[in-house]
Amino acid sequence: MKITGAEIFCESLRREGVKTIFGLPGGVVLKIFDVLCQRKDLQLILTRHEQGAAHMAEGYAKATGKAGVVLVTSGPGMTNIVTGLADAHMDSVPLVAFTGQVSTDLIGNDAFQEADNVGISRPCTKHNVLVKDVNDLAQAIKEAFYIATSGRPGPVLVDIPKDVSIAKTEFKYPDKVNLRGYRPFTGGDKSQIRQAAEAIMSAKRPVIYVGGGAVFGDASDEVRELAEITQIPVTMTLMGLGTFPGTHELSMGMLGMHGGYWSNMAMHQADLLIAVGARFDDRVTGKLSEFCPEARVIHIDIDPTSIRKTFHAHIPIVGDVKSVLRQMNVVLRSMDGNPAAMKARRSPWLKQIDAWKKEHPLVYKQDDKITKPQYVVEKLYELTKHEAIVATDVGQHQMFAAQYFKGKKPRTWLTSGGLGTMGFGFPAAIGAQVAFPNRQVVCITSEGSFQMNLQELVVAAEHNLPVKIVLLNNGVHGMVRQWQDLFYESRYSASLLGKKPDFVKLADAYGIKGLRALKPSEVDDVLKEGLRHKGPVLMDIHTDPFENCYPMIPAGGAQHEMMLEDPAELVQSRKGGTARKRKVDEGEGVLPS
Amino acid sequence: MEHIISVLVENKFGVLARVAGLFSARGYNIESLSVAPTLDPTTSMITIVTIGDDRIIEQIMKQLNKVVEVLSVVDHTETDFLDRETVLIKVNTKPEHRDEAIRIAEIFRAKIVDSSPTTYTIEITGDVDKVEAMISMLKPLGIKDLIRTGRIAIARETTRTASPRREPALLKP
Repeated sequence: MKITGAEIFCESLRREGVKTIFGLPGGVVLKIFDVLCQRKDLQLILTRHEQGAAHMAEGYAKATGKAGVVLVTSGPGMTNIVTGLADAHMDSVPLVAFTGQVSTDLIGNDAFQEADNVGISRPCTKHNVLVKDVNDLAQAIKEAFYIATSGRPGPVLVDIPKDVSIAKTEFKYPDKVNLRGYRPFTGGDKSQIRQAAEAIMSAKRPVIYVGGGAVFGDASDEVRELAEITQIPVTMTLMGLGTFPGTHELSMGMLGMHGGYWSNMAMHQADLLIAVGARFDDRVTGKLSEFCPEARVIHIDIDPTSIRKTFHAHIPIVGDVKSVLRQMNVVLRSMDGNPAAMKARRSPWLKQIDAWKKEHPLVYKQDDKITKPQYVVEKLYELTKHEAIVATDVGQHQMFAAQYFKGKKPRTWLTSGGLGTMGFGFPAAIGAQVAFPNRQVVCITSEGSFQMNLQELVVAAEHNLPVKIVLLNNGVHGMVRQWQDLFYESRYSASLLGKKPDFVKLADAYGIKGLRALKPSEVDDVLKEGLRHKGPVLMDIHTDPFENCYPMIPAGGAQHEMMLEDPAELVQSRKGGTARKRKVDEGEGVLPS
Repeated sequence: MEHIISVLVENKFGVLARVAGLFSARGYNIESLSVAPTLDPTTSMITIVTIGDDRIIEQIMKQLNKVVEVLSVVDHTETDFLDRETVLIKVNTKPEHRDEAIRIAEIFRAKIVDSSPTTYTIEITGDVDKVEAMISMLKPLGIKDLIRTGRIAIARETTRTASPRREPALLKP
């Protein structure tokens, strides 16, 4: 029996195990939406902006490990998801985006709502394809899911012209894909693995440096095993958080620009670096010429392009991190089976790290006048009993969350790392909540980021998705303001947000609960009440606009040269009140003096 | 250093854009580019001449390998290879220069493929040294126009078994 392209689309998605699609309709995808609404097995989450759909699908994918699915129309529908695609591309998120296209006979005619979807998305997808013939549709969808989820995951775009969704053909879903140019390498070279194990056994000051690859590579258990049998401390990138329990005695938390003093010092003095699914991003390395000057480097990654891209690797191992670490752990166990001896040997190094930790721990001073953002994050961490899925936006609040939320499990930390997309957090939290309706999902955001995708509040309300939005409202683009204070003589160009909307009224307008904490003394109650509430909640918590995030490696600075507190000149200028004046009363933004 | 890289790809639309985009997105320059189907009509060979240090070339090779439609990538510079380029050169030929133009063409075993009262068009095929040498010989006569195909390359059969310099994991299985 012949069926339409639209039916093939739905049937193929079902075969791929898709339950939820995030999207928004339009002219050229009407046929697909028409078939979709007649099916019970595919749920459509109708977003209010296509960008929201893309980030929801990312949140869904990051929380579940499965591909997130987006369905949007041609032209503006497609261009609106570009940020989401670019974000997913940077953070290796498996995403399959279906975009409508004008009929094949109109392509290239500058038709209504036409855009060169494959051309626009080429540099920000892992792969993309324009399906010109309905007979190729099922194969294209099969391949899209395979490419998105295998190897180093990433976004794949499938462009479906209107006439292809209407045309009919026999449906036969392919059992397997055979892409002669795409065979992800997974094994890991045995002799390299042995060499790595030998290097690990002889190292005196080793560090395991874990990135997002370990999350999508599902290598959490293997990382833990490696750390425990070798007693090597673990530090994680922003994307790698959760892979290794933040509360574990061998955890050093995050490294890099706003990482802990101790983890950056450990990296700087390490004699061996075991990089697992990490890509030596500039936010991690700082000045490359002074990064880990004494370390030999073992670099395990499924993507060969990540190896030696920015930093040298003495022992490169191309392969799936899970499988490579498994093999490596077997070799390591065969080399030394005595945990006590290992502990003793590692003790001076771990003691040194502990000393650094005591020397410069994370600090903030909470008084009774104004709420510090760190205080809110730390409280939230306690109140969620360390079990919540946390989505963040981008900026200071993201760094505070990364510092204070010691995640226990992978896939509970959803953040935009590579692209640094403000507006990511809230839709990502919705995506995760759709995937796990019964788990607690918290979105830590700020008013700057939140206002970039707040239209999706209605989605939370409509589906009663109990996302808890903790909005750190400080009236400024905090990270921009921090850089201006540190590097631009406190000239606040475009970083003060001035007039603030009333977020509690906004929540009310969208039919969800709104709460506000103006003073530190109100924070606990607001958080408790918000977390207790059954439905979605927007908690508007007013925080200190001038709190800075430390430690900080200034951009391009060396990793061991961290700023640990406000520089003296800045403190002085604040005391004199010459540079600025605070106005953080309710309803008023921060105004330049 | 200059490298000649042969990229075997699926003969599909958009593949060239993907390969070229990979260079432009990273700020790498393409010195010359040639594309044509191979013996197997489902594949095309893209020959790229590019310049870069070892680190850049390693990235280029890896990035090319990562493209789904790329079937294989060979950097000829690592082995013994033959390369050729065809150039059509239109030289001004005042009456007193005609003999000289013919002589130069003969020396380089080039052909005069077109003539007009004021120009000869000379076709030359050869490796880069030969082509450049002939161009420099013709320059004094006055080159009116010049067009090059871009270089193509093929490995010499005797060196086919030479082991690749980079780790095997970087090559597609």
